[in-house]
Amino acid sequence: MKERAEDGLEKLLRETLPAVKDDAGPERDLWPALERRINSQEAARPAAQMGIGWACFDGALLAGLVLLAVSFPATIPLLLYYL
Amino acid sequence: MEKEASNLLEEFRHGSPEAVHAAFERLFREHQRAVYGWILRITRNPAAAEELTVESFWRIYQARSRFDPARGFEGWARRIASHAALDWLRAQRLEREDSMELCGEVSAPMEADPAVTAEIRARTALAFGRLPPKLRITATLAVIEELPQREVALALGISVAAVKVRVFRALRLLRRELERQGIRP
Repeated sequence: MKERAEDGLEKLLRETLPAVKDDAGPERDLWPALERRINSQEAARPAAQMGIGWACFDGALLAGLVLLAVSFPATIPLLLYYL
Repeated sequence: MEKEASNLLEEFRHGSPEAVHAAFERLFREHQRAVYGWILRITRNPAAAEELTVESFWRIYQARSRFDPARGFEGWARRIASHAALDWLRAQRLEREDSMELCGEVSAPMEADPAVTAEIRARTALAFGRLPPKLRITATLAVIEELPQREVALALGISVAAVKVRVFRALRLLRRELERQGIRP
């Protein structure tokens, strides 16, 4: 569909770089390459899950410290000293 | 049929890992040709188009939770593919100044004006390859591929007015460069 007036430069451009045919398709099946990429990401996932594990550990440690401070207020200066 | 397509997209977004994988493979096989063709129109390089088709579907896979079924898969995929192709054009521009490869993959059509020499075509291709990637991608789709401006705007995620401005700027830059070289189209 033409939406602008034809121009000499546009004509030259189309002659120089002809439009790509609509029926163009890849010469090989690209799915295996994509699947490899997905699988490599899945394999890398446990490392990411380890991050979640550390977050849980941090939370538990914090909860323990808070509990200690509430149960034994005398330990607060000691905890602050080591922070 | 429509319901099946809708179920497929729903599985792709929120299914179990196995269902996502199966749905994604079906979507890939359904749309890979269209995505490849779209990228080839922009890059004009079959090897790069294959690589970028994989890259585009990889981005689609990663962004599946953000997919809005109401807007359709094809348009979304085309938009992601356009961005992947634009990234490639940017990288190519930085990598090499010599853009002769741009016309290396395609030959002049049969109805080419015989008065226009091969040298003029080569210089035109070179000058076009040196345009800023955003202008080049827009001019490729709107001028060379003669796609409707609305379609170009949707694929690039810009307004129709922005497409017009980019085409205008691309042609103005190209004309100036060619005139500087003594070519008056």
